[in-house]
Amino acid sequence: MEKKELLKEGRRIDGRAPEELRTIEMKVDVVSRADGSALVKFGNTVAIASVYGPRALFPRHLQELETCVLRCRYNMAPFSVDERKSPGPDRRSIELTKVIRLALEPVIFVEDFPRATIDIFVEILQADGSTRVTAINAASLALASAGVPMKDLVAACSVGKIDGTLILDLNGDEDKNSEADLAFAMMPTKDKVTLLQMDGNLTREEIAKLLELARNTCKKIYEMQRSVLKEKYRRVE
Amino acid sequence: MNEKNVLEVVLPGEFIAERNGKKIGRGVYLEGEKVYSKVLGIPRIEEDEISVIPLAGTYIPQVGQKVIGIISEVEISGWGVNINSPYTAFLPLAEGVEEFVDISRTDISKFYDINDVIYCKISKVTKNKIVQVSMRDFGCKKLREGIIIKVTPTKVPRIIGKGGSMINLIKKKTGCEIIVGQNGIIWLRGERKDKAIEAILTIEKESHIIGLTEKIEKMLGE
Repeated sequence: MEKKELLKEGRRIDGRAPEELRTIEMKVDVVSRADGSALVKFGNTVAIASVYGPRALFPRHLQELETCVLRCRYNMAPFSVDERKSPGPDRRSIELTKVIRLALEPVIFVEDFPRATIDIFVEILQADGSTRVTAINAASLALASAGVPMKDLVAACSVGKIDGTLILDLNGDEDKNSEADLAFAMMPTKDKVTLLQMDGNLTREEIAKLLELARNTCKKIYEMQRSVLKEKYRRVE
Repeated sequence: MNEKNVLEVVLPGEFIAERNGKKIGRGVYLEGEKVYSKVLGIPRIEEDEISVIPLAGTYIPQVGQKVIGIISEVEISGWGVNINSPYTAFLPLAEGVEEFVDISRTDISKFYDINDVIYCKISKVTKNKIVQVSMRDFGCKKLREGIIIKVTPTKVPRIIGKGGSMINLIKKKTGCEIIVGQNGIIWLRGERKDKAIEAILTIEKESHIIGLTEKIEKMLGE
């Protein structure tokens, strides 16, 4: 297969500049039965997260005496990708489930709810790269709107390298053909990293540059999360 | 509606104030001398305490609070009570019944049976959130007839109002008997209970607006 040209005259295949985000849309309270829910769109990537709990955890042997158990599920809809994805968990979604849980666990005050559980379900309705960071952004919004005690929100974004150029917010095509990609999540007000995953080859300087870029972007995303949550309580007749 | 009519909202992780020797209330955490919010809510900075009143969340039992529970289990010497929380409460026989009961001969479901609704007090909560309730307090009883509705537990203070102003208003205007449990379960009995439910649900939905009492008064006045 011939390799696609990913960069043309400084523009990416979807017309963006290297350090430009796709259009981001966020909404809270999209699932009425859930305690908290959110929908986040990064361009064509759409994730919907719902949070239930803290609620009682059964069977009892799963309970932790002093903390609550965070349970997470990342699932890609069969129609979310070009070629039908066979439904159900596979190696990739099991890994992402764990990655998302580990990215969110440090911000939640788990010791406030001994023996209970918090369930997070993330469904990817449409996948076009960077699904894990979209999922984390949605889950963090859903947790906050469910009233779960947290140290901070979690904001996430992806960065990478194509044709020797460092880029922000990879889409599907770039993700498949990139030289390197890096998923990044952090607590924006505390300046602490909760997720850092890298695939590919980067030099020390490139990593430092990308981390700086990701950090600044996460702060921008945090501002969006913040305004959408505050808007929820301003929406009166 | 302009911004002035809406109370300020803080997010988890948002800085509220310097501690300055004040007490740390609910919904906040301390980092060094700085107080941050734990939840999405409305900050309260009082003379001696800093806290955040959450706008969403489940009910976590606290000793002394009065709640409405539904009997979910009948055991040999007590009852399991669903109190709309992650934790099921236990009502021991001695805390539930005044008279002496010989458990070897009596089936205690004759006092409270599954699905009975009771108004009770949280009498004990351990570190691991094992909860005990008691009927030995003023007003605690089995609730007969009427209906129960569920609201977000964090909105209960708003439904009750300052010194009970809001709930008394609804009681007076509709002539209903209303009991509000701190866990977000509300019991109502009376002719015009539909009107009361409508008012309560409006309060729940718009609890972050200033001047809610006047709005409810107008709504019930019609």
